[in-house]
Amino acid sequence: MQTANLLPLILVLAVAAYGLAFMRSRAVAAPLGGIRNLKALPFYYAARAALWCAIPALIVLAAWAGFEGKVIQGMVISSLPQDVWPESPGQASLVLSQISNVAAGKLNPEFVPEHIAGAAGLLENLRAQSGTFKTILVLLIAALGAAFAWTRVAPHINARESVERTLRRIFFVCAAVAVLTTVGIVFSVIFETVRFFGKVPITEFLFGTSWSPQTALRADQVGAEGAFGIIPLFTGTLLISAIALLVAVPIGLLSAIYLSEYASKRVRSTVKPLLEMLAGVPTVVYGFFAALTVAPFIRDMAELVGLEASSQSALAAGLVMGIMIIPFVSSLSDDVINAVPQTLRDGSLALGATQSETMKNVIFPAALPGIIGGILLAASRAIGETMIVVMAAGLAANLTANPLDSVTTVTVQIATLLVGDQEFDSAKTLSAFALGMMLFIVTLLLNVVALKIVRKYREQYD
Amino acid sequence: MSVNETISSAAEQREASVPVQDVAVEKKREDMPVQEGKTVGLPYADDPKFKLRNVEVFYGDDRAIKDISLDIARNEVISFIGPSGCGKSTFLRCLNRMNDSIDICRVKGQLMLDDEDIYHSKRDVVELRARVGMVFQKPNPFPKSIYDNVAYGPRIHGLANRKSDLDEIVENSLRKAGLWDEVKDRLDATATGMSGGQQQRLCIARAIAVSPEVILMDEPCSALDPIATAKVEELISEMSESYTIVIVTHSMQQAARVSHRTAYFHLGHLVEVNETSKVFTSPEHELTESYITGRFG
Repeated sequence: MQTANLLPLILVLAVAAYGLAFMRSRAVAAPLGGIRNLKALPFYYAARAALWCAIPALIVLAAWAGFEGKVIQGMVISSLPQDVWPESPGQASLVLSQISNVAAGKLNPEFVPEHIAGAAGLLENLRAQSGTFKTILVLLIAALGAAFAWTRVAPHINARESVERTLRRIFFVCAAVAVLTTVGIVFSVIFETVRFFGKVPITEFLFGTSWSPQTALRADQVGAEGAFGIIPLFTGTLLISAIALLVAVPIGLLSAIYLSEYASKRVRSTVKPLLEMLAGVPTVVYGFFAALTVAPFIRDMAELVGLEASSQSALAAGLVMGIMIIPFVSSLSDDVINAVPQTLRDGSLALGATQSETMKNVIFPAALPGIIGGILLAASRAIGETMIVVMAAGLAANLTANPLDSVTTVTVQIATLLVGDQEFDSAKTLSAFALGMMLFIVTLLLNVVALKIVRKYREQYD
Repeated sequence: MSVNETISSAAEQREASVPVQDVAVEKKREDMPVQEGKTVGLPYADDPKFKLRNVEVFYGDDRAIKDISLDIARNEVISFIGPSGCGKSTFLRCLNRMNDSIDICRVKGQLMLDDEDIYHSKRDVVELRARVGMVFQKPNPFPKSIYDNVAYGPRIHGLANRKSDLDEIVENSLRKAGLWDEVKDRLDATATGMSGGQQQRLCIARAIAVSPEVILMDEPCSALDPIATAKVEELISEMSESYTIVIVTHSMQQAARVSHRTAYFHLGHLVEVNETSKVFTSPEHELTESYITGRFG
């Protein structure tokens, strides 16, 4: 039976085990004078039965599904006659794909050597056997688990504890999945980055001032030597992020102060969700807003005052990105300002301070760590933002501090490097991983600093 | 004229005296009604600091304070006692308009501080609160240094022109609050690191620093241990020479120890106001008696 069909079957068995154990525990309790004579509620006996039925079966199923392919492949390969054994892993995979093509009927067995055709037959056979064994084993384990749980429904056995313990482990596994995924991503990026630094020296990457990742395909090609200096990209990123923060921090912070300290309940309950809606607008929408509305507007304005501006400018991207991250700043600041105890406000007001003096002298300093945390989170969001910059800031890697020029950012370069057909051994493609690594390190540092600041001052007013 | 003289002379002129049902002495005392706007005892004083007439406070449609009239004499210590939710804190917070920050709260009636209307629409709340300071139930020092906490009020009111003036104000306030010797070597330490009792005395010093005329205290000792409480009470007694003090308290012993007069609140009514010794020895109203003898509350 297919794994996909086994899963719902295990689920059905678990539900059945739950129901049976539930009824059994009530039946056990009845002669004793009710369920309060059991160590645990019927729910716990039932839940334990369901868990014991499902979890071992699922683990076995997962293990089987995970190793099935490899084991069968190994068996097929070793069944080949000694003289045609593949010499390298590459060859082995070629032979295997030939075999499985024959087995799947895509390749006529008459066109391949006899040992391949034979192996294909064996492969099909093994697969069918494996499927049968798997089904029987999994169902058997599920049934045994349920049966064991059934025998353990007894008044003196505390099912509550084992259910609690199991649940705790399940939660832990879920948390671990997220962490392990992150670790996996980091390692895959590190691996490719190391390969990149094998082709391009790390000093050139970190300190080079020109970025032009087109490498020569042929030795005699002209004008495409490839330059991997990250500095123009980082200045572009920093320029746009700085503009974005210049927009978002004052607007976000002041609107947070208005919402938390001055606005009436009704205004607050309408305006806050509206502000947070800004965070829900897809970045691609911001992107074409920036590219089609803001950037031309800025160019025209610049021309009016006699400045030269390119039609894609860091300013346009930065402004729109600033609008996008306003809710990060305002929402988080609003929360931390609200978290400042009312007693501090009262204390200041009772001394005759006005509302704005109270804000400036008491609430703002008390909330500052949280506000800085919010700003740093917004900053890492700005640094990682791609879509707006692709559309509004351009691709030219100019090393400039002029916001009216077009610039490019780390994220944009990663996107353009990896869009389309790739060959994964060229420095051009690998440089995307190195850029990703740098970006990851920078945002990670920002987050660590943000957390440090928040933690250091968190309980100061408690 | 001393406080007590002020009050008793006022008592003689008091308006149509409160109906005490002397005929029905044997009547079941629980039956004695709370009459709205009628307060037993000595609610009025000559030349009062606060003159409060027909005060009503509403939270939305809820009438939290029901037609209370009361005078608070100069340099008097008056305690507000009563069961939880009886409105004593609400009433206290009317005296420096701390209820303003609650949207749904409305205050009606006449509230005069030195014959100036507290709730006048043109009234400067900043000036009012500089004159009527407040100390809260939970010590609430700002998360700043001890020095900055005390200097906070003088700074926002511009009371000191030079650093040396400010230093002097801080030192004097801390001395008056009996805290100077404990903290003079660590004025730069954060106030939140002090003990609860020290924090509360710091809050008192902070209130004193703006030279108020009145200090309102909302259960100032409820978060303190007995030793810290004793220190704060001692402080209240000392301060009564120069300030008018209104104190809300749940501890009847505390009311008895520190106050000249005691006011008993019940469900938004001001049931009885009298000299403290009188309230605790021979209360006129049987609700007061029930409360102080512990029959409820």
